[in-house]
Amino acid sequence: MNLEEYKGVYVFAQQVDNQLSSISFELLGKAKELAADLKEQVTAVLIGYKVKDLADQLAEYGADRVIVVDDPELETYRTEPYAHALASVINKYKPDIMLVGATAIGRDLGPTVSARVATGLTADCTKLDIGDFPLVAIPGKEAEQKHNQLLMTRPAFGGNTIATIACPDNRPQMATVRPGVMQKIEPIKGAKAVVEEYNPGFTPNNKYVTIKEVVKAVSDVADIMDAKILVSGGRGVGSAENFKILEDLAEALGGQVSCSRAVVDSGWKPKDLQVGQTGKTVRPQLYFAIGISGAIQHVAGMEESDLIIAINKDEDAPIFDVADYGIVGDLNKIVPQLTEKIKAMKAAK
Amino acid sequence: MKVIVCVKQVPDTKGGVKFNADGTLDRAAMLAIMNPDDKAGLEAALRLKDQYQAEVTVLTMGLPKAADVLREAIAMGADKGILVTDRVLGGADTWATSTTIAGAIRNLEYDLIITGRQAIDGDTAQVGPQIAEHLGIPVISYAQDIKIDGDKVVVQRQYDDRYHMLEAKMPCLITALSELNEPRYMTPGGIFDACAAEITTWGRADLKDVDDSNLGLKGSPTKIAKASDKVRKGAGEKVVPESPEDAVSFIAAKLDEKHII
Repeated sequence: MNLEEYKGVYVFAQQVDNQLSSISFELLGKAKELAADLKEQVTAVLIGYKVKDLADQLAEYGADRVIVVDDPELETYRTEPYAHALASVINKYKPDIMLVGATAIGRDLGPTVSARVATGLTADCTKLDIGDFPLVAIPGKEAEQKHNQLLMTRPAFGGNTIATIACPDNRPQMATVRPGVMQKIEPIKGAKAVVEEYNPGFTPNNKYVTIKEVVKAVSDVADIMDAKILVSGGRGVGSAENFKILEDLAEALGGQVSCSRAVVDSGWKPKDLQVGQTGKTVRPQLYFAIGISGAIQHVAGMEESDLIIAINKDEDAPIFDVADYGIVGDLNKIVPQLTEKIKAMKAAK
Repeated sequence: MKVIVCVKQVPDTKGGVKFNADGTLDRAAMLAIMNPDDKAGLEAALRLKDQYQAEVTVLTMGLPKAADVLREAIAMGADKGILVTDRVLGGADTWATSTTIAGAIRNLEYDLIITGRQAIDGDTAQVGPQIAEHLGIPVISYAQDIKIDGDKVVVQRQYDDRYHMLEAKMPCLITALSELNEPRYMTPGGIFDACAAEITTWGRADLKDVDDSNLGLKGSPTKIAKASDKVRKGAGEKVVPESPEDAVSFIAAKLDEKHII
């Protein structure tokens, strides 16, 4: 493998129902930074059926070039035709870096493609940098240190540890990136990218599965990852009914309700409101952790919030170790009064 | 019908995490359990055994002590256990691990391979799909329901806001979510069987169609540059208010100060 042949920062532009997913823009934002460090270009790989119109949007969020793979076989995500599409693009265009969202789609597509093109893949990255590998040259072996490598940082052990990983001898350097972590750029209106169409040909084989049915969850709640203010409840809230006091507080603040895993396991709230390692990563301006003990898996999903206020009756709850302000007290008494106070403050302004 | 379940012995993360000098995990120093998603995969296989008399083989790669999870699986009802262990396989990343496991599975007959979605130590969710890729069979990841229909398998596959009902022709590989089911307990008879059961042990020489350059630490494309305990941001201000009114005043003052209201 001649590593020098591999150039450019590529992003898998995930779309569902011909709508680009938020992660696609987040990846472009990061790709732009990496490409600037490397003095290379950003390419978005757009895979689907009748998706070419989405290319302009990708340009506005930072793509210099968009490679479109458009085919009827690609209408709804399935591992095989998508893996064939992305692996074919990699083999033909030879990217230096290939970023994929760590979504339910990306965590299926990424490993399949990395195995097919025989390169490494680092999962669920929360930080990406360009740097040297090894980080510090081994004395006497300075010449062996590689520069301009993608350094991929990720939590492991449910957030207990953090590792930085490189892929020095194989290309592309592939990573899946956790949604909600990287920042999109402010879209540049009217920006245009070079659009290239490429179709490697799709012949169904044993690996093509049949989609018998697509069932969408009926949900009228907005995505908690987009919320500016989250009022999050844990086991300490006590019951599904008692979440009412959190909903009232969220409404007064103009925010949304989210929850911990214990709440989902108890059946009080649906899974799409869950924050944490096995739920969603959120970084709102304000995060209320109410009756949440603060297990490390939960903290992993919310610690980047700008301001964290915790209310818990257990003085030793680990949530207090990450909260900016921790209040030891009874949520059942504090929360309803706080709601009234906030309403009064807002009315006074 | 023959089902292979891939299981991993993982450190119980509640006990803390220890590293070797080279940055790889010191698994020997931590308490070990069967990975939860894998256990759900095993339970799904055992239900196929209950319903269709499927033969269930559990396979693991790891240190010799990983045989413990195979015995636990046999005690739950699995028929056979295979341990893949060899010094040259140590320090493998997901590429080298999936290459190794695929090399072991090539010795076996199977209709279905079930793995857990992800292990609680690495949390990568990569090894299952990569095994399928090496073996050239379809993968259905994130399974929350599995049914058999003749020579096909029908799986409910979870996505963020939806699920797909997928049908694949066997052989295929499925990755299971721990939400899939409630794993059964070991039975007294099963524990008796497990003690008596012979665990098949395979080493490097038993792997089929695998190149040395793709195994172990040396065969891993990804390399650890740095590993450490996570540095957490420091705790902020903790108060124990005299009354709920004081608590409310305190919070309201902070929200005002930060211009949130």
